[in-house]
Amino acid sequence: MIEIRNLSHAEGRTPILHDITLSLPKGGVTAILGPNGAGKSTLLSLMARLRPLQAGSIAYDGMDIAATPTERLARKLAILRQDSTVGSRLTVRDLVGFGRFPHHRGRPGPADRAAVEAALGQFDLAPLAGRFTEELSGGQRQRALVAMAFVQATDYLLLDEPLSGLDMYYARMLMRLLRRLAEEHGRTVVVVLHEINYAAAHADRIVALKDGRVALEGPAAEVFASARLSPIFGMEIPVERWHGRPVALHYT
Amino acid sequence: MPPASLPTAEPRAGRHAALALAGLALLAGASLFVGAAPLSASALLADGEGARMLMLSRLPRTLACLLTGAAMAIAGLVMQMLARNRFVEPSTVGSAQGAALGLLAVTLVWPAAGLAAKMLAASLASLAGTAAFLAMVRRLPVTQPLLVPLAGLAWGAILGAAATFIAWETDLMQFLEIWLNGEFSGVVQGRYEILWLTGIFAAAAYLLADRFTIAGLGRDAAVGLGLRYERVLLLGLLIVAAVTALTVVTVGMIPFVGLVVPNLVRMGAGDNIRAALPLVALAGAGAVLAADLVGRLVIHPFEVPAATVFGVIGAGVFVWLIVTRRGHGA
Repeated sequence: MIEIRNLSHAEGRTPILHDITLSLPKGGVTAILGPNGAGKSTLLSLMARLRPLQAGSIAYDGMDIAATPTERLARKLAILRQDSTVGSRLTVRDLVGFGRFPHHRGRPGPADRAAVEAALGQFDLAPLAGRFTEELSGGQRQRALVAMAFVQATDYLLLDEPLSGLDMYYARMLMRLLRRLAEEHGRTVVVVLHEINYAAAHADRIVALKDGRVALEGPAAEVFASARLSPIFGMEIPVERWHGRPVALHYT
Repeated sequence: MPPASLPTAEPRAGRHAALALAGLALLAGASLFVGAAPLSASALLADGEGARMLMLSRLPRTLACLLTGAAMAIAGLVMQMLARNRFVEPSTVGSAQGAALGLLAVTLVWPAAGLAAKMLAASLASLAGTAAFLAMVRRLPVTQPLLVPLAGLAWGAILGAAATFIAWETDLMQFLEIWLNGEFSGVVQGRYEILWLTGIFAAAAYLLADRFTIAGLGRDAAVGLGLRYERVLLLGLLIVAAVTALTVVTVGMIPFVGLVVPNLVRMGAGDNIRAALPLVALAGAGAVLAADLVGRLVIHPFEVPAATVFGVIGAGVFVWLIVTRRGHGA
């Protein structure tokens, strides 16, 4: 379980998050939605201890991130950041392989290598494994980075807009994979999404932020409704049902 | 769509290393027999005088070139990962100038200081100079990678100017010249052995290779993988400063080695430090030895300092790297 208590954060004098208290159950996919500037990325960065906490606390299964060594946290949670350009010239296999670092600390064993090969296969990266990351397209690089977070094999997986740069084929593949991770492996996935229909199709829970506050929270089946989503984004979002599933029709 | 199978650029580090080793052996062999005084293999066998020259002068000089080149290339590689920028190296961004300032200070304050005290002063001053540079880099926008070497050049020039002023006022200009413009003609037995210490730092860099590679991915990626980022930065700084100080104290800095060699190697081998570091060390050793050999030959029997030879070639390659942005990702 992820417990966030009274979390507030400011960049300089600009407040970003206001007194956020959230409790996310273990297992399942939680989608974080919200308009630009709502504080989604800041929330995820704080949850992944990439920035120091200013006020409040975050704990995973009772493990307080402020009191747990960072090495230990790296085996508990993995993060895929929104802007993860790879400045280094690494092969895809090496890059994904560094996702195992928290487990081997510099001495990869057969189990680590097997995990990397499995992840390369799972993300259709095997044919690209020997290529340098700078020779990949943006979407291919994004897939390599997702594979790197995936191979870290943590109970908690935090992803900040993992679908950016992915085409429909890989966006759906990734969402289905996250779904499988939650269902078959009991992992807890927290994913920031821009396209709300992916949340409707794949998330168990939805948390929506607006102006640094939790504006909406609950099971996806309950809260994915026009009356609840429209005020958050400040626009009319019709939600229709198609073959029994909710679909937002916000394109026109 | 899933991609079709495509040709890959898997680095063939093993074959490269074997080639580099063979080239290095050839250069080292040549180095033993090139100099102001003639020395041939037959003369070596015929009399003891030739053997004496070999052991007292030629071998130490060759080893000094190899050790200096390998160490400086590694220091450059480490610094580039720490700064997350391809275009920096210890001799341009303040590490060498810092070491020279430290040496000047200890020479003026405590003229009788031994080698260990001088080393320590040079290392600490180099550490301070490099740390200040890295602190500066953190404030620069990542979207402007060329600002980093520019800021480094300016910072190195400020420290260098301060060193020049002090040296001028205190009549130590000739020392400063030697510290910052390395050459190997004065290397004889007993005057280079401290360079073996660079081996310790090279080994440390190899042990920390994965950590430096991860640090090169940026702070967030490193923290996400459970790395103590600040500690890795500090360890890298220590390696850069110690290697720089050792080089400055013994033979003097060879500019551009730390810049050109890692950049050329990474085009083939990439940035995985564990794979690249041995190649960088071999190539650095070979490059400095080659520069020294050229310096011994161009106006034979007189000599041109290796730093001057390397400066000419290195500056050209530096400009080429910047203009083409060869191998600069994203």
